Amino acid sequence: MAFEGLADRLQQTLQKFKGKGKISETDVKEMMREVRLALLEADVNFKVVKEFVAKVSERAVGQEVLKSLTPAQQVIKIVKEELTDLMGGEQSKISIAKKSPTVVMMVGLQGAGKTTTTGKLANLLRKTDNAKPLLVAADIYRPAAINQLETLGKQLGIPVFSLGDKVSPVEIVEKALVHARENFLDFMIVDTAGRLHIDEQLMGELKQIKDLSNPNEILLVVDAMTGQDAVNVAKSFHDTLGLSGVVLTKLDGDTRGGAALSIRSVTQTPIKYVGMGEKMDALEPFHPDRMASRILGMGDVLSLIEKAQASVDEDMAKDLEKKMRTNNFTLEDFLDQLAQVRKLGPLEDIIKMLPGANKIKGLNNISIDEKQIKHIEAIILSMTKAEKQDPNILNANRKKRIARGSGRSVPEINRLLKQFEESKKMMKMMTGMSKGKKKGMRFPFM
Amino acid sequence: MSFFKKLKETISRQTEQVTNKFKEGLSKTRNSFSSKLNDLFARYRTVDEDFFEELEEILISADVGVNTVLELIDELKFEAKRKNIQESSELREVITEKLVEIYDRGGTLSQDVNIQENSLTVILFVGVNGVGKTTTIGKMAHMYLQQGKNVVLAAGDTFRAGAIEQLEVWGSRVGADVVRQASGSDPAAVIYDAIKTAREKNADILICDTAGRLQNKVNLMSELSKIKRVIDREIPNAPHEVLLVIDATTGQNGLTQAKVFKECTDVTGIVLTKLDGTAKGGIVLAIRNELQVPVKFVGLGEKMDDLQPFDAGQFVYGLFSDMWESDRD
Ligand SMILES: Nc1nc2c(ncn2[C@@H]2O[C@H](COP(=O)(O)OP(=O)(O)OP(=O)(O)O)[C@@H](O)[C@H]2O)c(=O)[nH]1
Ligand SMILES: [Mg+2]
Repeated sequence: MAFEGLADRLQQTLQKFKGKGKISETDVKEMMREVRLALLEADVNFKVVKEFVAKVSERAVGQEVLKSLTPAQQVIKIVKEELTDLMGGEQSKISIAKKSPTVVMMVGLQGAGKTTTTGKLANLLRKTDNAKPLLVAADIYRPAAINQLETLGKQLGIPVFSLGDKVSPVEIVEKALVHARENFLDFMIVDTAGRLHIDEQLMGELKQIKDLSNPNEILLVVDAMTGQDAVNVAKSFHDTLGLSGVVLTKLDGDTRGGAALSIRSVTQTPIKYVGMGEKMDALEPFHPDRMASRILGMGDVLSLIEKAQASVDEDMAKDLEKKMRTNNFTLEDFLDQLAQVRKLGPLEDIIKMLPGANKIKGLNNISIDEKQIKHIEAIILSMTKAEKQDPNILNANRKKRIARGSGRSVPEINRLLKQFEESKKMMKMMTGMSKGKKKGMRFPFM
Repeated sequence: MSFFKKLKETISRQTEQVTNKFKEGLSKTRNSFSSKLNDLFARYRTVDEDFFEELEEILISADVGVNTVLELIDELKFEAKRKNIQESSELREVITEKLVEIYDRGGTLSQDVNIQENSLTVILFVGVNGVGKTTTIGKMAHMYLQQGKNVVLAAGDTFRAGAIEQLEVWGSRVGADVVRQASGSDPAAVIYDAIKTAREKNADILICDTAGRLQNKVNLMSELSKIKRVIDREIPNAPHEVLLVIDATTGQNGLTQAKVFKECTDVTGIVLTKLDGTAKGGIVLAIRNELQVPVKFVGLGEKMDDLQPFDAGQFVYGLFSDMWESDRD
């Protein structure tokens, strides 16, 4: 997952200083040097990095910080605050026209992922807003771009407006507007051709489309792997068109994604969505504050809870939460939990959202497949009630009995018990986290 | 002989036309990059810490890998000390020299395409999504057709909507046959088919498209390895070239791309696309330096003749020609 590299790098840096009682101005300098490198390696624009480091340093060498009892922690707090500020605050929603259709223009460089994102956005709006979207094929330049959008439309069962590649994009959008109104469609998402920000003629064409259709949203689609040039691109598009937001694509890769910070900083427009895969449901609203937490290793607990709410049985979850809090979590619950967790999707993804999860050895490579779950089930079902309540009583003899009963081996039973302990730890962390929140955030690595 | 003189001599041996095309395509890159450097030299008459910090930033702004830049700056500091250089103008040449040196450090890596003289040459294109694989294949087919070669294209991207049709448009644009199957079919099977067709038609060159994929997707990467094995089984030692396409706007992730694709498919060269924009593509310096993979071609636009062979001298000349011109007077 993107941002992970940046997260690791920053946490390592901050970790180094965390134990220090007193820190000097030299320490702060060294820390900032590391922070600078971490950000540059993540492709954050060098100017943005410069400003960021200057701001943090200025605040950090302030007297209250260095004289405080926990100066390193104070500095880390400043880094966190500034980073959150850089990423933008809360999630920004798409704005809707008072009178339908709401026009959304997708713009960007070649190969950024506009066409795919156009399809995904229509799909998402249909789901969340119950909208009736129209896809508009206004990329007449790239070979088979229209065909691509039409194929996506067919897959999704969403209508596509196209006039082939012999009609000008401006005219296509003009006619699409009429079509959308006549057919009472409430969203019109315009896929424009990729173009260089320095191509005056083609940038002029976008301006014309804008003036004609008066869009509610002009979204710049940007590849998350973009390097230092991201600021130039974003600035040109913003100057010409006045962007309303950004979609960051290919975030399912392993890029450190610093372009996100740069773009937001030069345009001051929010990142509204992120693309997380090639499938049509892989577009998510972006939560800057959560991402900042994630980068600093605080875990994306809110996203996890939302995900859980969408797929976990409500009562069971409440029950479970109580058990976790009161430390009454037994092997039987563990079994239930496994079944629930499976509904959440790949376990690796979930673990990554947990605060501090990357610091627990062994958690990274837990994976659970159907067969394994069957085996676990067999083992737990072969236990007595007392054993399920308190696995600590499992001595060698008991384990042998369970092995016979379940048809599994003793090492397998031991492995399961270990996994059980790990998940208890994990859950403690989660509950600890949500409790801690009330008294102000705490860094899990402090 | 001074480094610039040597460079100029190599350049003038190349045809005027190619060099101009290259310069034109790189003009935005060159202007901003070298004007920044010129500006730096103008502002700093003497070499000090601030000078080096700014130089570091200029290089980083060109997406030259962070590690590569830090190494370079260290070396420059060392040189400056050793030669007792105090005036910034004296460092000018050293900087250019070092940049080319970094690029050349990989040794004498050939930038030629491994073309088989009397049998079918297979070229496989790989890369992440949207970098310009299909477009480059169109351009490259055009290049070889112009040279009188018989070219067949394989529509190996069976995944992305419209990908097959995109390659077909290019095929008819440049006049090359395209071998395709239905969307969603096994890419290895398409390429297997294409090899048969290419042989039947006595083709000289078969160029295979593949779907874009992010290098951290293990399954998709092993699909590529499989495609490569299928080709090798049909024609020993093929594919003769595996070209990784990298978008010049790519930042530090370009290095990871090169690393992983190299592991999975033994990449033999890089095509750096979209150099007609303002991005500098500096990450290829790091790729060459750390992985010893040479850039073989650059993409300078979306038209069929916008593909040029890469030449390190030209690349650096393009970046620095303004500097060099002012160096002469
Ligand atoms: N300006 C410019 N655009 C380019 C260049 N090369 C490719 N493009 C454009 O980049 C976009 C993506 O190119 P494709 O060839 O479809 O890229 P791809 O790697 O095949 O993409 P996928 O198959 O989707 O992974 C298209 O709009 C191309 O016209 C170049 O050198 N310069
Ligand atoms: Mg393609």
